[in-house]
Amino acid sequence: MMRLSNIPLPERLRRRAERQWLIGRAANRRRALRSVIDRTGQILPDDILTFVTQRNERIRLPYFLDYYREMGVRHFLFVDNASDDGSTDYLREQPDVSLWWTDASYKRARFGMDWINWLLLRYGRHHWCLTVDPDEFLIYPHCDSRPLPALTDWLDASGRRSFPAMLLDMYPRGGIEDEPYAEGQDPFQIARWFDPANYSISKNQYFGNLWIQGGPRTRAFFTYDPLTGPALNKIPLVRWNWRYAYVSSTHMLLPRSLNEVYDEDGGEMASGCLLHAKFLSTFAEKSTEELDRRQHYANSKEYRAYHAGLQTGTRLWCSESREYQGWRQLEDLGLISRGNWA
Amino acid sequence: MTAAVRLGVILLCHAELEVAARMARIWAEGGAHVVIHVDLNVPEARMSPMRTALADLDNVVYSRRHRCAWGRFSLVRATQDAAQHLLAAFPDTTHVYLASGACLPLRPVAELTAYLAADPQRDHIESVSAHEVGWTVGGLNEERFTLYYPLDWRRHRWLFDRFVEWQRRLNVRRRVPRGLSPHLGSQWWCLTTATLQSILNDPRRAEFDRYFRLSWIPDESYFQTLARRHSVTIESQSLTLAKFDHKGRPYQLYDDHIRMLEESRCFVARKAWPRAANLLSHFPLPAGAVPDPSPPQPARIERLINRTVRRRVLGRPGLYMQSRFPRKDAENGKTSAPYAVFQGFSDVFPDFEQWLSGRLSGDVHGHLLGPEQVEFAGRPQVGPGAISANPVLRDHDAQGFLTALIRITPRMQVFQFSPRDNQVLNWFIATDPNAHLLVITGAWMLPLLHSGMPFDDIRRVTAQLQRAELAQLEVLNSVWVKARVQIHDLSDFLARPLALLDEAVRQVQPTVDPIDALPRMRDLTGLDELLRKLRNAGLRPRLTGDGLRLPEQPDNERTAAE
Repeated sequence: MMRLSNIPLPERLRRRAERQWLIGRAANRRRALRSVIDRTGQILPDDILTFVTQRNERIRLPYFLDYYREMGVRHFLFVDNASDDGSTDYLREQPDVSLWWTDASYKRARFGMDWINWLLLRYGRHHWCLTVDPDEFLIYPHCDSRPLPALTDWLDASGRRSFPAMLLDMYPRGGIEDEPYAEGQDPFQIARWFDPANYSISKNQYFGNLWIQGGPRTRAFFTYDPLTGPALNKIPLVRWNWRYAYVSSTHMLLPRSLNEVYDEDGGEMASGCLLHAKFLSTFAEKSTEELDRRQHYANSKEYRAYHAGLQTGTRLWCSESREYQGWRQLEDLGLISRGNWA
Repeated sequence: MTAAVRLGVILLCHAELEVAARMARIWAEGGAHVVIHVDLNVPEARMSPMRTALADLDNVVYSRRHRCAWGRFSLVRATQDAAQHLLAAFPDTTHVYLASGACLPLRPVAELTAYLAADPQRDHIESVSAHEVGWTVGGLNEERFTLYYPLDWRRHRWLFDRFVEWQRRLNVRRRVPRGLSPHLGSQWWCLTTATLQSILNDPRRAEFDRYFRLSWIPDESYFQTLARRHSVTIESQSLTLAKFDHKGRPYQLYDDHIRMLEESRCFVARKAWPRAANLLSHFPLPAGAVPDPSPPQPARIERLINRTVRRRVLGRPGLYMQSRFPRKDAENGKTSAPYAVFQGFSDVFPDFEQWLSGRLSGDVHGHLLGPEQVEFAGRPQVGPGAISANPVLRDHDAQGFLTALIRITPRMQVFQFSPRDNQVLNWFIATDPNAHLLVITGAWMLPLLHSGMPFDDIRRVTAQLQRAELAQLEVLNSVWVKARVQIHDLSDFLARPLALLDEAVRQVQPTVDPIDALPRMRDLTGLDELLRKLRNAGLRPRLTGDGLRLPEQPDNERTAAE
């Protein structure tokens, strides 16, 4: 991408070249992946698939898998980035998981997206594909009464190919370390608070996506350089075609039309949220480890900021935090919308 | 009474045959004759499970299969054939109901027949004159009848559109057959056998069929138009609840709609999500001992659907989020609630913020757009909605900051403003009908008066602030202003401060108590001296007003007068 951006090309051609470069790169990096167990033969047409990259998330996996199974996901495709906490063995035993293992650099695989792009290309075609991290939990309008296939069927019927879900950081009321997270537990029993209205939006003209920042991380960890705070816009659910590619995490895709998940004429389109269960008792340990590995975005700036913040005992909770009550609350606050999905 | 009515049902199926077979069973077991038409696009192999599932029912027959394309005459042809087949196979049929394989009967079939028996001559078919605009959603209206449509929209979309444009340019106008007045309506109807027979056996049927073959979406106009020709009494409302969204796609029904569908008392609803297991097993409701012939009351569910259409098309005013990011001037409400901006008042009255918050019922903030800090009321580091008081964050998306603050707070927001603050929102606020803008121009000069700064600095700052305020006034005097704006220059205001302050506060909140005393005013001594010095230094003060007459100690004078 760096080299391409220097070539003067009409934007359309440049985006096309970038997309082809991403796809080629993903195909090239497939050699880094070693199949541990391949159950992709079980995948039926119209199954909803979930794609995950994980490293040492053993304690989170049971709840994660159950959450999405119950929602209607039929198969999980995991990339394990050299875990050493037994999560490889755990995933290998799950009946609906296909697992690949790699010890290649997460950073040099564009933060795992090359691997995911390859799996999407190879297995995701014509399926609705959900690309999430093990600490992200999808919430969408009516999710308490309608399973995920209801949403994807409706998106199909409405002629839509992608569905946005903004990342919503959840945190506990007390200190992050105070209440230990136990395996299999609903993380939102502990981290059940969020920031309701401090999100800033700008539009990326080149990719056509919205760039959303804000939330507790920007408020608490990035006060001195707030504009470098993490991006919260995500498009995790896509009806995949082999021509598509994720550009940067799941923040944006190519071709550009997949990023147009918002209405510019004043109307509201349907959208959901990814509840982000990052700030649990497991977090400090994780941030120390990730700091040592230096494998994260912008030189792990996020993790450094968190680490500095957490050392001095920063709490994310403030008097304006809201306690999570369900998708209707998020819709009233204007964080998600049902659009015309009555 | 029900003996008088023998219901026949035409079931049009093209997908989800499993669900369709279930629906056929519901109709047949309810005592209706059923004729099933399956789209010829469905391979024969997929039909056999349906045939075996319905093999035990002797009042289910299959009509000749046609290859159907959406929006084409083939659907009407299939309906005509099925109707003829039905009437020939079951000559005792008195009413014919047209339904699809995805139409879910909500009430027992016996209740439908009881309802029909109450007025057995009535045809239930929605039929709206095509000259009345507004029945169709997201498509052609009258042109359905006056242009030619030989192409399939789904397969040749581009060509279809070009062909329509071309005909419009050539002023093509088809003639409607004599004696017909084009009518539109929902394609799901219930006609009496007499009406249906006379439509099918019309001596001019060949002529009508020829005409409708090249009209657009004839399944929504063929029977609707011809019923007007043959029917005695028409109840122009479909018995099938079928709502469409703003693009003309049917709404799907899910498990969580069960309660509302029950309340709607509709006979048939369309269209159920094929995997909504609870919904499909819940309906039709079990029949009571005596069939209840009460009419449908779909108002509530229609209101719900209209509300979601409105949300999709217009959205919630003042909301900017991941799936609603209106471009400038397409916002349908720039902000969600009224708010007020006081400019210059805090310069004239240093304690204005505290004074005002004691009077208004809203939240009175300081300079929300101030350069050092976002001055939320009470100066917290984190304001309402967990919005940070960091000005860098605010300036990153100032419009988002203001709209989020207004939307998240239940009370009216009031804040101070001055030329020292961030000016990027000037156009936004000025063009927002929710804004009250109360301005004293030139008041920013008063804090400079006793600042103790060297005169050169004062001159420079004055020039900057004056330039900023002049640019703002250009906005406020433009023809695009939608906000309620009140502008006074400093000398005007100082001439009668009590009256003007009262007027300003009253404009924001008309119910407020009359103001009988001014808050503490800044010391104005030396102002005309400063203005004179500025003028002589080559800077013409343009915003304080001419002939500034300074009241002597206005504060004391007023209180003494009372």
